Amino acid sequence: MSPKKIVLRFGPDITEKPIIYRLVKDYDLLINIVKANVNPQKEGTMVLEITGDHIEGGMNYLRGIGVQVQALSQEIVRDEDRCTMCGACTAICPTGALFIERPAMEVNFDGDKCVVCQLCLKICPVRAMEVRL
Amino acid sequence: MLRSYSEINAKIKSGKAVVMSADEFISLVEEKGLSAAARTVDVVTTGTFGTMCSSGAFLNFGHSSPRIRMQKAWLNGVPAYAGIAAVDAYIGATELPEDDPLNSNYPGEFRYGGGHVIEDLVSHRPLSLKAISYGTDCYPRKSIDTTITIDDINEATLFNPRNAYQNYNCAVNLSGRTIYTYMGMLKPNLGNAHYSSSGQLSPLLKDPHFKTIGIGTRIFLGGGTGYVAWHGTQHFPSIQESPDGKSLGPAGGTLAVIGDLKQMSPRWLKGVSFTGYGSSLAVGIGVPIPLLSEEIALYAAAADRDLYAPVVDYSDAYPGRKPGNLGQVSYADLKSGKITVQGKEIPTAPLSSYPMAREIAGILKERISSGSFLLAEPVQLLPSPADGRSGKVLNG
Repeated sequence: MSPKKIVLRFGPDITEKPIIYRLVKDYDLLINIVKANVNPQKEGTMVLEITGDHIEGGMNYLRGIGVQVQALSQEIVRDEDRCTMCGACTAICPTGALFIERPAMEVNFDGDKCVVCQLCLKICPVRAMEVRL
Repeated sequence: MLRSYSEINAKIKSGKAVVMSADEFISLVEEKGLSAAARTVDVVTTGTFGTMCSSGAFLNFGHSSPRIRMQKAWLNGVPAYAGIAAVDAYIGATELPEDDPLNSNYPGEFRYGGGHVIEDLVSHRPLSLKAISYGTDCYPRKSIDTTITIDDINEATLFNPRNAYQNYNCAVNLSGRTIYTYMGMLKPNLGNAHYSSSGQLSPLLKDPHFKTIGIGTRIFLGGGTGYVAWHGTQHFPSIQESPDGKSLGPAGGTLAVIGDLKQMSPRWLKGVSFTGYGSSLAVGIGVPIPLLSEEIALYAAAADRDLYAPVVDYSDAYPGRKPGNLGQVSYADLKSGKITVQGKEIPTAPLSSYPMAREIAGILKERISSGSFLLAEPVQLLPSPADGRSGKVLNG
C-alpha cells in the first residue's frame, strides 16, 4: 500500500495540540513528516505521508478540530512572464516558498518549500501563480 | 542655477548629457558629495510600477454604416462610459462586468475588469464591442455587436486622472480577522504590513516641492512616451514631520498623465485583481528630473532612509476615515522585510515592483542618453506644499 500525501494547514490554536500523536495512537497510522512549519502562536503547515487502514477516520478527526486537509497531488507554478515581482505574495506565503531576494528586491519561488496551500493563487494581483495537476 | 532645459537638451542632442538613475545618483552623492555630483549629472531618472487606480482610456471606435450614437457600450462585457459623444467612450480601470459575482461569495475574485480590457487592447487582442442606442434621424442604428482590436479604432488615449502617488500608507490590520483590501490580504493582529512605493526611485518623492515637474513634462508612460497633463486628483502635497520637527520626506502629491495607448506595451500596463476588493490597472511611469540647481539635486538624492511612510490600520482607522496613524517607518526599514509596530515585529511586503521601477529608470536613462527622449520644460509647475492644498470631507 503506497502512502497517501496530504497537506495540513492549521491556525495558532492547533499548534499546541499533539495531533500527530493522536493520528498514531487513536487511528494506528504510520506517519512520515515530509515538511513541517510549526511555530508557537502562529499558523502552521505540514506535509505528511500516511499509511494505514484508518486514514479517513484520522482525516475526519483533523477536520473536526479545525485543520484544513488537502491531498498533495498538485504543484504550483509561476508564470514568469506575467509575474511583475511586486512582492504582494511574500508576507502571505506560509512557508517562505515565495520570498524576496535582497537587496535586488526580486521575488523568487522555491517549489521545494511549497506545500500547495494555494493562497498565492488568489493573492497575486496579476494571477501569475497557477496549479498544475 | 547649474543648467537650463535648453542647455540639457543641447547636450542630449550631441550625445553628451550625463544621465543617472536615482539609485545611481544616490551612490554618487555618497561618494563625491552633493556639489560635485550635481555639477557632474544633468538628469536623474526615476521609475515606479504598481497598481494605480484612477486610470483609464478614451476610445474613439469610428463610425459604423448606418451610424449609431452609442448610449451604452461594453468591451468584453465591461461597461465603458459612452456619454461623451456618438462613438467616444471611456473605459475605467476599476469597472466590472454587470454579471460579476462581486463580493457575494466573499472574498470575491474580480478576475476581469476595466484594467484587463486595457491590457487586452494594448496587447492587440480582439475584444467584443457591444453598444445600444435609442435611434435618431441622424444616427438610426439601435445596436451593434462586433469585434475590434486597438488597430481597428481611431484613437486610444490613456488618460489617468490620478497616478504616481508621491507616497503611500503602510497598511496593517489591528483586528482579529483577515481583511481583504486594495493593499492586499492583511492578516489579523498585525500579521503583516504592506506598502506600495518604489521609495528612493519613486518620481514624486524626488521632487517634493514640484520645482521641475509640471504640465507638459515628458515622461515614460506604459512603455511609450506620455505627458503630465495636470496635477492628479487629490493632489495635496506636504512635507511630513516627526513630533520633534524632523523632515520625514514628502507625501500627498499625484499626477494626471496622458499618452497614446497605441504605442504602449502590455509589459508596462497590466490588469490586476485584488481579492475581496476589485480590479484595477498596474501602470509603469518614469519621470526625468533635470538637475537645474543644487537644491533640486539635494532632493533627487533622497534615499530610502530619508523617506517615510505612515503606518495605518485598515480594519478600522482607514475605513472609518479616522485621523492619525500608528507611527512612521522609513523605506529602508520597510525594504528590510521587518518593522516594529506597537512593540510587535511584523513582516513587510511591497505591492509596488522595485525591480520593474529600476528597469523603467534604466530605460528612461537609455532613451535620454541615446538622444531619443528630450526633456520638456513644463508650461506651468504643479501646486507645491507651499500652496497648502488639502482634502475635503464628503458630508452624508
